[in-house]
Amino acid sequence: MKTSPYRFKPLNIGRFLIWFLFAVALLVAPLIFRSSLALTMLSQMGYLVIICLSYNILLGQGGMLSFGHAVYTGLGSFIAIHAMNMAGHQVPLVLIPVVGGLAGMFFAFLFGAVTTKKSGTTFAMITLGIGELVASMALMFPEFFGGEGGITTNRVYGSSFLGVTFGPQLEVYYLIAVYCFLCTVAMFAFTGTPLGRILNAVRDNPERVAFIGYSTQRVRYLAFIIAGFFAGVGGGLATINFEIVTGADSLSVLRSGGYLLFTFLGGATFFFGPIIGAVLLVLASVLLSELTKAWLLYLGLVFLFMVMYAPGGIASLIMMNLRIAKYGRLRLLLPSYLALAGTGLVAVFGAAAMVEMVYHLQLNAALGPELSFLGMRLDATSLNSWFGAGLVLVTGLGLFELVRRQYVHQWGEIQEAIEKDIKRAEAM
Amino acid sequence: MNAEFLVISLLNGVSYGLLLFMLSSGLTLIFSMMGVLNFAHTSFYMLGAYFAYTISQVVGFWPALLIAPVMVGLLGATFERYSLRRVHKFGHVPELLVTFGLSYLILELVQLLWGRSTVPYGLPTQLQGPLFTLYGTQFPKSRSFIMLVALVMLVSVWLLLTRTRIGLVIQAALKNPEMVEALGHNVPRVFMLVFGGGAALAGLAGVIGGNTYVTEPAMAASVGSIIFVVVVVGGMGSLAGAFLASLLIGILQTFAVAIDYSMVHLFQLVGITVTDQTFGYPLWKLTISQVAPILPYMLLVLMLIFRPKGLLGTRED
Repeated sequence: MKTSPYRFKPLNIGRFLIWFLFAVALLVAPLIFRSSLALTMLSQMGYLVIICLSYNILLGQGGMLSFGHAVYTGLGSFIAIHAMNMAGHQVPLVLIPVVGGLAGMFFAFLFGAVTTKKSGTTFAMITLGIGELVASMALMFPEFFGGEGGITTNRVYGSSFLGVTFGPQLEVYYLIAVYCFLCTVAMFAFTGTPLGRILNAVRDNPERVAFIGYSTQRVRYLAFIIAGFFAGVGGGLATINFEIVTGADSLSVLRSGGYLLFTFLGGATFFFGPIIGAVLLVLASVLLSELTKAWLLYLGLVFLFMVMYAPGGIASLIMMNLRIAKYGRLRLLLPSYLALAGTGLVAVFGAAAMVEMVYHLQLNAALGPELSFLGMRLDATSLNSWFGAGLVLVTGLGLFELVRRQYVHQWGEIQEAIEKDIKRAEAM
Repeated sequence: MNAEFLVISLLNGVSYGLLLFMLSSGLTLIFSMMGVLNFAHTSFYMLGAYFAYTISQVVGFWPALLIAPVMVGLLGATFERYSLRRVHKFGHVPELLVTFGLSYLILELVQLLWGRSTVPYGLPTQLQGPLFTLYGTQFPKSRSFIMLVALVMLVSVWLLLTRTRIGLVIQAALKNPEMVEALGHNVPRVFMLVFGGGAALAGLAGVIGGNTYVTEPAMAASVGSIIFVVVVVGGMGSLAGAFLASLLIGILQTFAVAIDYSMVHLFQLVGITVTDQTFGYPLWKLTISQVAPILPYMLLVLMLIFRPKGLLGTRED
């Protein structure tokens, strides 16, 4: 953890400011984006932030690549929905996410005993196996998991909580927002605890941790249980939001893969990375999937390039540029960024036109050869559109490569200059 | 249960197990050599089936049996050269992630090119029909062909690894890559060859598995997690262990889907009657054929509890 430049003792004002802004953002977001679609998306973002952050306890802080995180969110959802449907409604709705969390914690306690025996790639394979196991089990016990149709509920029950019934979506959003804030604070606090610190050590050098007398398996197990708790809270909130849970969806390995993908895209190396990931997850699955049928292809490509060129995710890109901005040199890079964005967009435009034409030919051939692409009419069967798109792609790629070389050179120079600045400051 | 059922199920189980071994052997080789868990391995299996389907429409099945694995192998080698090698310096988790991303991409591309439903990839005429009939039950030629190809492949890979120069270099690079590099061998190229070779083996399995079973976009995911179970149960990085585990899981699954007994029957044998009023009835009434899909994963969990290094594994963690 780097010390921030705005660190004042005994009160860390910079950090308080950031948390305050986060709370304000959660509060005013539904006032700015007022449509019901936006409100649904904001609610989803709220609990996905919790889920992605809990996933990052494993991936980012513990170096555990799990392919079965949906097991804990999904089982949390199921226990939560059974608690909501329980005769007598003993559990008030505001506590349902805690029930989900305890359920997630319980199952993490149960399965974690097996999965955390190993680390690294073997851990990944075992979590995948457990994920498949639970997903197939869901179809075997329709009494509990509701089979194909899932289980439904009604979130308005019992006496109202301080006059709030949680019927309208806005009230649900604020419930999610409160939980989102509390869980984020709790998970951030966890990174500073001795357990959180030793977890980082287990990730970086398990052998040395074992030498100083810790059981690495025990550390992984405890972290796994904590991650399971927050995953379950997220699952419980998802239940309240949708009022339905299906095993085929909530427990699927595909769902786990989605959490992994977006946590990584957001950035696993920084605490706030998964928050970006969760926002992207909702934007991609709601907006991008509306926009284009090829969204999974684009997503896969973006992910592949991200792993290859920026394994720290978006968060690391932001932090690297913040460092440059701190030394007052971001201005020098601005023209390069503009040029990169411009040429990159041209290349993406050409490639996307071709991809869209292929998808159109494959899926919508019955609607005729024409498709509209960003307001243009393209004829997917004519050679002209293919040549046009190809030309745009090649031009974009060529220019991008030219600008990129220039940019890499410039980046190196600026880094050197910053190193010099630091040395000079030390010498003084 | 009679002898006929036993023999036929055993043969089916062995042929399925050998198909699993064709997949897990490539995965194990890549893993033990490069430390990379290739998440996209079964995607190469799927590509093999689809390539063979398209090629066999043009030139027939037998040339496709050769061409499709070679194409898949070339794709695998290209991926290693331009993508995996770049990520190698970041560590094992990004390596796994990049193959995970690749499996996403291959699935999307397959759906894009061949559609989302099953393709009619049929058996060639020479492989249709039964090979022999045993007590009135037929054993199909295609299954025996899988066994034949798997055994030929097994023997040739073994000969390649133990009797040829390149095989010895591969074995040496497996144990001590730095030393092999110091002796003047191009270890990255050996890695590329192994990755391409592993992908080609998966492709070959796809060519013969695709028309014996079904060729559909879900085929990669359905066999993917089973392969991982095989590798963990057999012991990470152990080829012989993978062989044993493949056969074990193949036979286990084939037998399980055919057995229609549940705990209720067992209780009846002991003299306890179980009705739908009994506690835990939803659990007792499940037949073995119903729980067949989860048996491999159960085996995985049991193995991890009682023998964490796997059947023939040597690594503890």
